[in-house]
Amino acid sequence: MQTPTLFALLLLLILVAYGTGFSRAIGAARSRGGIRSLASLPSYYGVHTALWCGLPALVILGVWLAFDDAIIRALVLGGVADRPESLSGQNLLYAQIQNLAAGNLVGESTPQLSAAAAHLNSLRNSGQWLQTALILILAVGLGAYALMRVTPELRAREKVEKVLRAILLMCACAAIFTTVGILMSVLFESLRFFQAVPVSEFLFGLHWSPQMAMRADQVGSSGAFGAVPLFTGTLMVSAIAMLVAVPVGLMSAIYLAEYASNRVRSFAKPLIEILAGVPTVVYGFFAALTVAPFIRDLAQSVGLEASSESALAAGLVMGVMIIPFISSLSDDVINAVPQSLRDGALGLGSTRSETVRKVVIPAALPGIVGGVLLAVSRAIGETMIVVMAAGLAANLTANPLESVTTVTVQIVTLLVGDQEFDSPKTLAAFALGLMLFVSTLILNFIALHVVKKYREQYD
Amino acid sequence: MTDQNHTNLTQQQVRERIATRLASRHRKEKIFRGFGIASIAFGVLAVLVLFTDIISKGSSAFVQSQIQLQVNYDPVELGIDKVDQESLAWANFDGVIRAALRERFPEATSRSEKRELYSLVSSGAGFYLRERLKNDPALLGQSETVWVNADDDVDTYVKSLSKSKDGFLGRTSEQKAVWINTLRDSGELKKRFNKTFFTNGDSREPEQAGIRAALVGSLLTMLVTLALSFPIGVAAAIYLEEFAPKNRWTDLIEVNINNLAAVPSIVFGLLGLAIFINFFELPRSAPLVGGLVLTLMTLPTIIISSRASLKSVPPSIREAAMGMGASRMQVVLHHVLPLAMPGMLTGAIIGMAQALGETAPLLMIGMVAFIVDVPHGVTDPSTVLPVQIFLWADSPERAFVERTSAAIMVLLAVLITMNTCAVWLRKKLERRW
Repeated sequence: MQTPTLFALLLLLILVAYGTGFSRAIGAARSRGGIRSLASLPSYYGVHTALWCGLPALVILGVWLAFDDAIIRALVLGGVADRPESLSGQNLLYAQIQNLAAGNLVGESTPQLSAAAAHLNSLRNSGQWLQTALILILAVGLGAYALMRVTPELRAREKVEKVLRAILLMCACAAIFTTVGILMSVLFESLRFFQAVPVSEFLFGLHWSPQMAMRADQVGSSGAFGAVPLFTGTLMVSAIAMLVAVPVGLMSAIYLAEYASNRVRSFAKPLIEILAGVPTVVYGFFAALTVAPFIRDLAQSVGLEASSESALAAGLVMGVMIIPFISSLSDDVINAVPQSLRDGALGLGSTRSETVRKVVIPAALPGIVGGVLLAVSRAIGETMIVVMAAGLAANLTANPLESVTTVTVQIVTLLVGDQEFDSPKTLAAFALGLMLFVSTLILNFIALHVVKKYREQYD
Repeated sequence: MTDQNHTNLTQQQVRERIATRLASRHRKEKIFRGFGIASIAFGVLAVLVLFTDIISKGSSAFVQSQIQLQVNYDPVELGIDKVDQESLAWANFDGVIRAALRERFPEATSRSEKRELYSLVSSGAGFYLRERLKNDPALLGQSETVWVNADDDVDTYVKSLSKSKDGFLGRTSEQKAVWINTLRDSGELKKRFNKTFFTNGDSREPEQAGIRAALVGSLLTMLVTLALSFPIGVAAAIYLEEFAPKNRWTDLIEVNINNLAAVPSIVFGLLGLAIFINFFELPRSAPLVGGLVLTLMTLPTIIISSRASLKSVPPSIREAAMGMGASRMQVVLHHVLPLAMPGMLTGAIIGMAQALGETAPLLMIGMVAFIVDVPHGVTDPSTVLPVQIFLWADSPERAFVERTSAAIMVLLAVLITMNTCAVWLRKKLERRW
């Protein structure tokens, strides 16, 4: 029986369990003078039975589906004599066996491969039937057990609510699992990378050229994994972005909060926030095909030379993307400043701009700084704009008109396409991802810490 | 007398200084306000420039140049004598088209001239004829007038004629331009609505490239994302807001959620690649994995907005329900949750819009392949609309620029619709306590 059919059957069993649990509770109550004698509402008895029927079976099915492919593969390869030692060799062999088993292989095949393919097919069939039998026996058995326990004294509601609470807790822990997953995947692969490339070379090397020979006997580049040009490229693009976004975003927030009438605010605020809803791939397209040629032509007209993939183009467009981010964060912070502070300053004869500059901004400064740090984190992590508008040249330069590359560009470049998963070239992307994750986490932590520490003064 | 003079002088100076400083402060006030207005104007201008640029590049992609041909379904030319599945597969429809072109322009006699002539029509025109013959087998041996798609170079040239008198030749030769103008003058070349753009999958030929496969891929990915992230997000929000004890463990969960919202999206791509594809060996390029990755990305947004919705339900509702003897779970499930659901749905819509526009993590898990077929399930290889935009933007052919912009227009239309629905729902369902 196929897995989707098994799932459907399991759902049906769960519904049947609910119905029988509900009916049995009603029946038991009737002989005692009605549902008032039940410890819980009848629907809770139904849910209780359904949970016993469905939950363990679903868990076992999930575990089975997660691991049965790996077990079958190990058994099949274990039955092949003189199989390759290397992981890639085993992958290739298993792919051949799979194609043979599916009837996709055209041409000659050895008796050994045919036997392995037959073994694979028989294991799959056996596994399927075993899975079906196990799941159904488990569901029906536990459902029957729970049904037997349906009595008026059973506190079904409390048990059901305990299970629901556990489910809610597990969902809340999804964030923990995600973070652990990120750390495990990035850290593990990064450690493999640093076994091939020293950490010091990665952090302080000045040359980035991940091209390297695919085989030991091949003539080719030996590979250079000094990531400093990537860091400086990322910082340059981010700095340009912040130079655009911080003044515009902050002044927009100040104007909307302190000067604008309600009509202007209701018009301008949504319009600026549209920029936040535009996908970054659109910004990348705009930067690559409109802004970059414009900047190149502009530079040429004043006698300078600019690349078609200059850091300036990518930085400008990224800055525009970040404007609403800073604007909305600053707006919240400015509005959090008590009105009494403004009234005091105005009462002493200050103009409105003096009030803003000397009273409101100092009071809101921690929040503004926190917002700017969050924006920096976002700029550093931005991918699509720089993939499309910045270049691939790992230049070590301070000239914004030159082409630079960033950490995120290299991650995409290294991992898109067919790559051997255990080569330093591929694993370098995980090391870069680790750097990205750690730096954005630190920025985020500092930002939240600043906000929390200094905001207390006005609450 | 001396004192009087001094006092008068001092008063005069004081009055002048006061006037000067006041004027200076007013001027600074105006300048400061001007900076604010300039910032707003910059933001608005950025929106207008961005949208104007996209629309001006992309609107022309919704029409397609087509050429009228008198085609003869000659059995000899086609090389078949009956219409069935096998014959259709082998029939020489390109030959039929070329014969029609030669008949229309007999002056093309040399080999190079003929090759130039044949390139007026899209390389996909033969498929169109095959479909017509398949639908109407009686056409075999007959002639009919059909409209077929022009090649993208022809299309580019024709569209540029509407902007300037001479037009943009590009790769179009002078002779070809003469033929094109002859066809235009006689009404045998027209611009029609570009149905191909919405019915085809990806293609290496711009005039045959469409967004249908990417749209379906996006839809499937969004379904997976919504089915996973909304229940999990709402459940997590309920736990954190209503049941979580205040201790270090729940603080850790909250810090984690806030941190996840700040993690760059490409790191989620690395997670998807390492865990879902490499470890669990789920199928590469599939909406299932794409949906899982986007679920993890969208979860913080939904959790945060759901918590805000739950928080906005006044405590008096909870206290009244508990006063009637309801358990904590019943208070939440029967009273708080229904009242908070409108806000949660709004947050979910915004989260889905955010996920729909996401591109970087999907590149990591392989949804960046050349996908021609429309996917039929969540485990079929597919791509999504933003990635399709990314791929087309990378293509060197000029005609892809307008198709990329048109795809962006479709994507933005969907996103604006979703966000507008969210705003409208929020206003409609909002309740004051």
